[in-house]
Amino acid sequence: MADSGQFTGDGESSATTSVSEGTAKSNISRRGFLRGAGITAASTALIDGVQLLHREAAAETIKGNAHVRELGPGPVPVTLNVNGTEHVVQIEPRTTLADALRTHLGMTGTKVVCDHGACSGCTVTLDKVPVNSCMTLAIEVGSRRIGTIEGIAQNGQLHPLQVAFVKHDAMQCGFCTPGMVMSCSALLERNPKPTLADVKKAVSGNLCRCATYPKVFAATLEAAGVAPEKSIS
Amino acid sequence: MNKFIFSDCTSVDAALSQMTGEAVVKAGGVDVLDRMKNGVIEPAKLVNITNIPSLRGIHETETGVRLGALVTLAELGDHPLLQSQYTVLADAAGHAATPQIRNAATLGGNLMQKVHCWYYRSADFACLRKGHDMCFAYDGLNQYHAIFDTNVCPSVAPSSTAVALSALNASVELTSAKGKRLVPVREFYIKPDDKHPTMETVIAPDELLTAVLIPKPAAGTRSAYQKYGEKSSYDWAIADAGVVLEMQGDVCRKAAIVLGAASPTPRLAVDAAALLVGKPITEETARAAGLAAMQGATPLSMNGYKVQLFPVAIYRTILLAAGKMDRDPSAAG
Repeated sequence: MADSGQFTGDGESSATTSVSEGTAKSNISRRGFLRGAGITAASTALIDGVQLLHREAAAETIKGNAHVRELGPGPVPVTLNVNGTEHVVQIEPRTTLADALRTHLGMTGTKVVCDHGACSGCTVTLDKVPVNSCMTLAIEVGSRRIGTIEGIAQNGQLHPLQVAFVKHDAMQCGFCTPGMVMSCSALLERNPKPTLADVKKAVSGNLCRCATYPKVFAATLEAAGVAPEKSIS
Repeated sequence: MNKFIFSDCTSVDAALSQMTGEAVVKAGGVDVLDRMKNGVIEPAKLVNITNIPSLRGIHETETGVRLGALVTLAELGDHPLLQSQYTVLADAAGHAATPQIRNAATLGGNLMQKVHCWYYRSADFACLRKGHDMCFAYDGLNQYHAIFDTNVCPSVAPSSTAVALSALNASVELTSAKGKRLVPVREFYIKPDDKHPTMETVIAPDELLTAVLIPKPAAGTRSAYQKYGEKSSYDWAIADAGVVLEMQGDVCRKAAIVLGAASPTPRLAVDAAALLVGKPITEETARAAGLAAMQGATPLSMNGYKVQLFPVAIYRTILLAAGKMDRDPSAAG
């Protein structure tokens, strides 16, 4: 949600114990420039935010009942295992997983499009199961392993699915692509030899306004080493 | 989304102890977070029940099946026992929403989700169902609204699993500090009335929906669910039907037909089902039942098309349940 992290996010990311390689880059990018400009404009808001953080530091109360943990409403430390690396972020319970990834960890590969679970642009995996990160609170992820688009390529080598997406030009504007790749890679994990119907079902929740579906189907089948069927659309 | 206390509970008793005042129970969070993002609700506390182990699992019992409230729609849709013996439920859950949502959304949450109406779900409209004094749908945009029971609030029941469970005559288990009670799904939802327009179910504020119990189907039972929307990949239903038939040879001995997206509650089409009883299931009887289910419809200014769509949905789903027609490729989900 734009409302929860627009200005506070950059201030709070300093509380992160480890930051992914992508965000540590020192060269100026468009996003980095905008982020810097935001900090200047919002410095007073940040100070307010820090005071608020201290005031609400009654972060975690374990009630007399051992089966209840009360967290928040202010920021609390939450450990997230993203692509095999543990990160500790200071987040409010209302922070969605999408916001935690994008705003607090700087992993902007995951896109937020509709923010209501209706387009699947924000798809990530939890223990290899695809879910909408916009409809998941980061605080409830627990020990489940989060997979994002940043973790698909390994050791600088594109995943065969990514290679096939490039070869088949399976994108136009590209905004739905990270979600598409996450849905398709999760499919190949559980079903290495899918049929066209399987691929269609796997991306049935992923909206693409450019309508690149036939190319997504072809790319995924090729990555799986499955011969394309006659009519791919 | 407003700030809130996240009360993470690991037992039913703990969750019950937290359900006070402004607290809202959250399972998969799909409907609750959606309404919070829309600003329709601003709970001071969310009671998280997803870490309560006793609410999980699909259990076959001597009398049928017991489904924990936290079973996901994906688990329901993929379960071999449900697919073979409770097909209407596996179909309804397996075709709801998107794969991503089905992986997170729970059965309890699906049953407890609030009615569908874009005025009700917008913070900009102080509508009757939210406790104010007028309904915007009658004179507004009502193409997706109800065609039955439209006198107070013509919102529609959105839960496809409620359609299936109503057809199967299942019950929900409601647990409070005082104990447990079972309520038939057919009596769980409340039609809006002038006195209590905001009430949607019979659940009390101190009760938690903990399980769903489905009776074992009689020999010869066959069932099916189909949903029609504006697009085929995934969509909210504009018309959906759940059908359960008890067959003896070729003859139908008992039938239940339930419509979703037709009324503010899942609608049991009793007269339509009665037309099937004592006869073989044929195109003619199925068509007659579909048409009979529309008796007494009171469509609004923009949803008269539903009165034509439902008979088709019902007819095709009866034949699908009877094994006399394939799943409609143009159905949604």
